Amino acid sequence: MSEETTTAATSTPDTKAKNGPVMLIKDLSKAFGELKVLSGFSAELMQGENLVVLGKSGSGKSVLIKCIVGLLSYDSGSITVMGDEVSALNRKELNVMRQKVGFLFQSGALYDSMTVRENLMFPLTRIRKDLCADEMEAKIKEVLENVGLADAIDKMPSELSGGMRKRISLARTIVVDPDIMLYDEPTTGLDPVTSDEISSLILDVQKKYRTSSIIITHDIKCARKVADRILMINDGKVHLMGTPKEFEESDDELVASFFN
Amino acid sequence: MSTTTIKAKFEDRITGLGEAVLSIGPGFKGFVTDFADAFLFLVLIGRETFSRHFEFREFLNQCFQIGYRSLPLVSITGAIMGLVLTIQSRPVLVDFGAETMLPGMVAVSLIREMGPVITALICAGKIGSGMGAELGSMRVTEQIDAMEVSSTNPVRFLVVTRVLAAILMIPLLTVYADALGIVGSWAGANIKGEVGFTLFMAQAFKPVDFMDLMPAILKTFFFGAVIGIVGCYKGYHAGRGTESVGKAANSAVVLASLLVIIIDMIAVQITDMLSS
Repeated sequence: MSEETTTAATSTPDTKAKNGPVMLIKDLSKAFGELKVLSGFSAELMQGENLVVLGKSGSGKSVLIKCIVGLLSYDSGSITVMGDEVSALNRKELNVMRQKVGFLFQSGALYDSMTVRENLMFPLTRIRKDLCADEMEAKIKEVLENVGLADAIDKMPSELSGGMRKRISLARTIVVDPDIMLYDEPTTGLDPVTSDEISSLILDVQKKYRTSSIIITHDIKCARKVADRILMINDGKVHLMGTPKEFEESDDELVASFFN
Repeated sequence: MSTTTIKAKFEDRITGLGEAVLSIGPGFKGFVTDFADAFLFLVLIGRETFSRHFEFREFLNQCFQIGYRSLPLVSITGAIMGLVLTIQSRPVLVDFGAETMLPGMVAVSLIREMGPVITALICAGKIGSGMGAELGSMRVTEQIDAMEVSSTNPVRFLVVTRVLAAILMIPLLTVYADALGIVGSWAGANIKGEVGFTLFMAQAFKPVDFMDLMPAILKTFFFGAVIGIVGCYKGYHAGRGTESVGKAANSAVVLASLLVIIIDMIAVQITDMLSS
């Protein structure tokens, strides 16, 4: 078993048992040329909670979660994921950290040239090297059943609807048992019924896999349903953070424009 | 002249040069940036090629995609190449009473030049554009990012396997096209005459020597490398919009074809120097 796999396999049960913050973001700044997207952004994600991030388009929500997994580098500040400062990690350490973080892309990002089984097998063979072939197959069937698409195992992504692609993408993310989930607009482009089903799945994943999640969304119905806490981002900073109830009762103009 | 004056004049010259370079405009800046990106990409490919975690299954898959899937196109092109060359050359050779030299002339032309270059250009169109479009669409739909967050190095999985497969498959396809070209030439020779297959082949390979074969095969490895690297580079660095997928495919074909011609010119010069 490789060093990377050992670290991931041993860290999973320990880290899930801990309480307190699993992610700390301090004074995070990120600019693209002259355009400042994040400017002194600070937040924390607690163990087992669903933190919904709301904000206008272009307010830096997606940039934030891409900085968390190291897809984008940030200019200043710090992001600590389960004790690891992201900017200080080398490539190998970054890969170990990424094994603890699941990322659901807005487009689903399923590999077009692979079947659903191969899509799920791809991260599994690379991250969960401790499992044998039969265990991997069983794991794939289990997560597909959890997202309600066990029959789609041999289908190609092109044969799936938008909602099904999102579900398969979610299955691919949870198949490696991540500790933290990052959802990038999980209900965008879906009809209200499917959006509600995806929101329910997010709650199921939180309960079943005991994940801590950051959910980027514009969908207030989804936010109301899944959020333990809501964070509103504006001008690259935290505009307001609180419980869904506090947001509902807020007099803030920006918050009201989202909730009313 | 004091040292301060010389220093001031030197600084003026440097500033002037800098301003002149900047005045060339964003086009030049873009060229320098592209050149630096391409260099870094090459370094990355080199590093990942010799990585311990080689993606062997994906490499075999790409060999199948590049090699086997190109066979129909290369077969037709190779056979027609030999056929046309024979039909076009025959009247001239008949006029000079040198018809018996036809098989040898066609074989040397095919093996030294036409086979490698035409096969490489056909593959630049088919394989280069395919790589550009596939990786470009993977970039646009965040599949490359998804691969990266799955702790998989996308350069190792997507790029190295494709480049190595192209380096291996283009020479094999070229040899195959050459062989079919000679068979096509035999078919062409039989349209207006009657030549036995064995006799034709014996005459075809009689003038072919080591210096015809080796440089021609060697340059096809470079053709394969150029087609693979350019196709992957253009696709991997595609922009975020769907329009960029088309642009990546198109520019991959244009640049790879141009580089194939340039490499061929250099190879011919080197071969000529070595043989003289």
